[in-house]
Amino acid sequence: MAEFLPLKEAVSKYINNGDTVAMEGFTHLIPFAAGHEIIRQEKRDLTLIRMTPDLVYDQMIGAGCAKKLIFSWGGNPGVGSLHRLRDAVEKGWPNKLEILEHSHAAMANAYEAGAAGLPLAVLRGYVGSDLPKVNDQIKFIECPFTGERLAAIPSIRPDVAVIHAQRADRKGNVLIEGIVGIQKEVVLAARRSIVTVEEIVDDLGASVNACVLPSWAITAIAEARQGAKPSYALGYYDRDNAFYKDWDGIARDRETFQAWLKENVFEKGAA
Amino acid sequence: MSLEFTASEMMSVTAARALTNDMTCFVGIGLPSEAANLARLTHAPDVTLIYESGTLQTKPDVLPLSIGDGELCESALTTVSVPEMFRYWLQGGHISVGFLGTAQIDRYANLNTTLIGDYREPRIRLPGGGGAPEIATNAKEVFITVKHSRRTFVKDVDFVTTVGFGRDGKARDKVPNIGRGPTVVITDLCILKPDPETKELVVTSLHPNVTREDVIEATGWEIRFADQLETTPAPTAEELEVLRDLKARTNAHHASTQSGQQ
Repeated sequence: MAEFLPLKEAVSKYINNGDTVAMEGFTHLIPFAAGHEIIRQEKRDLTLIRMTPDLVYDQMIGAGCAKKLIFSWGGNPGVGSLHRLRDAVEKGWPNKLEILEHSHAAMANAYEAGAAGLPLAVLRGYVGSDLPKVNDQIKFIECPFTGERLAAIPSIRPDVAVIHAQRADRKGNVLIEGIVGIQKEVVLAARRSIVTVEEIVDDLGASVNACVLPSWAITAIAEARQGAKPSYALGYYDRDNAFYKDWDGIARDRETFQAWLKENVFEKGAA
Repeated sequence: MSLEFTASEMMSVTAARALTNDMTCFVGIGLPSEAANLARLTHAPDVTLIYESGTLQTKPDVLPLSIGDGELCESALTTVSVPEMFRYWLQGGHISVGFLGTAQIDRYANLNTTLIGDYREPRIRLPGGGGAPEIATNAKEVFITVKHSRRTFVKDVDFVTTVGFGRDGKARDKVPNIGRGPTVVITDLCILKPDPETKELVVTSLHPNVTREDVIEATGWEIRFADQLETTPAPTAEELEVLRDLKARTNAHHASTQSGQQ
């Protein structure tokens, strides 16, 4: 059964320095509140996995939490670069960041394979791309039945998965609605999981085929209202597109970024 | 009397015209998304638009800033998980057109969205591949739309993130279960198509008021022109009105979302 904890305790108890952490949410339900708590607790040497690092990893990388990033698209959607990620890759600030990059299809397959308990994912992918030349985790295998050449990558099996969801019931079952991304896969692929939710309710109100994670498949649940802002939670609040645009200016410069971090993360505790 | 329009509008309208009602289009964010929605709001109301966030058959009222804006999910027929999107719908062969943008494109329509310079010591780090590497090979064909400049149109891309026809034009030869690849590239100056034999991009149509010299000047290799070089039809009043309304709605929407502290 999932353990209900304040976010601060959940992060402190289940995320260790050096862990491989996958915080997912495909544009929707990005676990910002948890990311900020990780920054406040000054976790270090994390291997961060996320298909789209987004602002949450830009902030965590800029704050010095990461030593390695595994990703498939590292931009600010519709706006441009993630400047803290670029600064780490191009200039090694605040520390050198090792990167391992994939395509979206490959990472989605790798999460699914992780959830399925398999060691690898197989896909018809990376044909003609230079990515296999710079990522030694991309190999090619021959289909034993047809002889077709297919791409193979290791499954993703993080130490900890962190996601945000709309709500949990009092037993700790969690409902995810809207763009469900790879929320279910990452939790099932990970050894431990932390789920933050907008609210804890008596009845999930889930339809029969809804995306529900049972309590016994989750390690810890923490209530974090507006915990996905400035991304969004369908049914609760919209994506703050204006902030995503503003972030370009905030993150471009190290001093502006650090001032933002101090005021908006370090001087604000978990709700 | 002729209408006033910008080169960007010309590009969006021309790119939109490439889509037809019977297509199932996997849409990239930015210019492709603008063109695909313009098509849906003009001549192709039944075109099926799919975004990699899992939104199937979506009809957004404003252009999304990201591929996963709530607008896409709420106006979709249904929303599936990201693994399902890539495995069943794309790899499974249900996408007729992948519509992509890019940072760099070369003469064989290879796309680079990874970096400028050397991989380990990048001069400029770009976002990376995202969905494009598999969209480009698993969709039945690929449309590309990108602004024309010497920085973008290079002889050889620094990095092949997403294959067009490879470094030698032959990357798709004898590969089973692969799409036809790029069939058209639409820029703010012209339309290019791959030569049927060599796969090198050739200009097939110049936009109104654009000269051969303009294209030569904006292209980083010795660009060829088709023997039967056409002139792209100018946008109609309706196309311009719908495009401008769409952009105005979009700008108002993204500016009004409450900003500020998290």
